[in-house]
Amino acid sequence: MDELLREYLPIIIFLGLAVALGLVFLVAAWVLAVRRPDAEKISAYECGFNAFDDARMKFDVRFYLVSILFIIFDLEIAFLFPWAAAFGGLSDVAFWSMMVFLGVLTVGFAYEWKKGALEWE
Amino acid sequence: MGLTQLAFYVFAAVAVGSGVLVILARNPVHSVLWLILAFFSSAGLMVLLGAEFIAMLLVIVYVGAVAVLFLFVVMMLDVDFAELKRGLADYLPVGALVGLVLLVELSLVLGHWALAGAAPESREAVFAIEEGVANTPALGAILYDKYLYMFQAAGLILLVAMIGAIVLTLRHRPNVKRQDVLTQIYRGRDVELKDVEPGQGV
Repeated sequence: MDELLREYLPIIIFLGLAVALGLVFLVAAWVLAVRRPDAEKISAYECGFNAFDDARMKFDVRFYLVSILFIIFDLEIAFLFPWAAAFGGLSDVAFWSMMVFLGVLTVGFAYEWKKGALEWE
Repeated sequence: MGLTQLAFYVFAAVAVGSGVLVILARNPVHSVLWLILAFFSSAGLMVLLGAEFIAMLLVIVYVGAVAVLFLFVVMMLDVDFAELKRGLADYLPVGALVGLVLLVELSLVLGHWALAGAAPESREAVFAIEEGVANTPALGAILYDKYLYMFQAAGLILLVAMIGAIVLTLRHRPNVKRQDVLTQIYRGRDVELKDVEPGQGV
């Protein structure tokens, strides 16, 4: 257990360094930088016009579809990792259960390909 | 206090603090960013427990995919900030109820684990990882045959999610001209070049 945690020591050190460095930049900008804001300086600049509209608007739902499909295959990969790591000692049942799992998801993949969900019009 | 304890308290404090900020942050995009920090610190806690694989999954799946999807949804909704800023009091009873249910569930788990009469046996019954076997292979050794049905059910749920997302969101616009590579390749020599005089058309 301690052996395992010792392997993660460099990550903790990196994490500490990253947090410290980020804080240093923020605090330095807060303390050292000259800040004299006025209304014109901080207003949104749009090629000399006043901003027409709010910058937020509705996205096409297609982006959402792409990211949902990404998550599903991400999870499929997550299931593949332990299977691959334990591959040498797997039973036949375990091997074929993964093949069935992949087959089921391949059916889904074929469906989305045929439906044209991967195409961008 | 060892480094492990220190790391535990730091990660736990960051997780709880960023969890609170998820609901208190005014800007929903900031909420999602706090949520990502909460996921990261829970991953740190999982590493401290020795559950390496779960920790990495938290980072890959939750931070890499789910949180980005949340950010997407937040940006996709036409967010009206004035609308969002009020209404904390309206949602408070429902939120408190959900929190209470979660608290009861957690205390049931704790009671079953530590206080109940059968607690020592249930602690004994836990499937312990042998010394010298890494986390991920140990998981792989039992997941695919001992828990076969759950594994296959997970696959079917993923299939349903895939088909559901496509059925709900895919709309083909009519009259969109797509490139059809196969038709282009199989096109014969029946295309001719015409010299069209300006202003006359073909």
